[in-house]
Amino acid sequence: MALQEKYKELIDTATAQGVNNLNVREQDGILYIDGDAGGSVKQQLWDTYERLDPNYSSGDLVMNINSIAGVTEGSKLKVTTNSSNLNIRSGPSTDADIVGKAARHEVVTLVSKANDQWWEIKTDDGEAGYSYTQYLTPL
Amino acid sequence: MKNLTMKTTAFLVALVMMAAAFTGCKSEPKDDAVKAAVETALLANPHIAGASVMVEKGVATLSGQVPDDATKADIDKTVAAIPGVKSIVNNIAVVADTPSVAVAATDMLSNAVKDATKDFPTVTATVNDGVITLKGEIQKTNLQKLMMALNALKPKKIDNSQLVIK
Repeated sequence: MALQEKYKELIDTATAQGVNNLNVREQDGILYIDGDAGGSVKQQLWDTYERLDPNYSSGDLVMNINSIAGVTEGSKLKVTTNSSNLNIRSGPSTDADIVGKAARHEVVTLVSKANDQWWEIKTDDGEAGYSYTQYLTPL
Repeated sequence: MKNLTMKTTAFLVALVMMAAAFTGCKSEPKDDAVKAAVETALLANPHIAGASVMVEKGVATLSGQVPDDATKADIDKTVAAIPGVKSIVNNIAVVADTPSVAVAATDMLSNAVKDATKDFPTVTATVNDGVITLKGEIQKTNLQKLMMALNALKPKKIDNSQLVIK
């Protein structure tokens, strides 16, 4: 319960913001918070987390706010890499061959979701393959 | 004399019939004994999983899972050699070896962590029993992005206490 006290503000914010499927549980000295929310709510929660536990250094919270759960096939996605092009690969792993690239801020289309980390996408030029979801932002 | 022979014959016939009846009664325990012997043989094989056997009138029906055809054939041979086994119905399924769930999870997590940290070459991540341990160094501005990606991989814990944040 001590951890739920420490991260009370975070849990309260998640509840107030209407995070879907919110699941808070504590096990073996670690608090787990899971749920689905939009990108801005996710950002807000992460900023709160960072304030309560600077640099996330305590290692006592695993927070998985999925901001991409509601994205459906056919949706448009923007490539949000830091600066480089986004690799498009033949399979859902960095071990898979690079079969194409999408430019930063290019808009691509979601074909299917392999998992929460890898999505199959296609570009307007017809390049298709798997890309890492961390660098894809739903429009 | 003839009468006696007939009587003897009748007696012998009766004896044979009784013996047959007696054996008939005994056939079930015999199947049980064969079943026990087959079970012992199956359990001795370390490659079979979920093994079970049914023996009826000397016909041994085997089921379970083995990793390859060779093991299945091996079991066939072993069971065939057991006294009392007349024939075998080998329903053992060949299922290629898959690591147990826990191992697969660690494996999956390791691969996912490798993908997630690929863009942060100054960070090294190791995965042990669901715990991600981060070492090396990272720019403060990239820390949240890395942590978001790693938290989404359903780890048991993330330990970044040895990670230098610049």
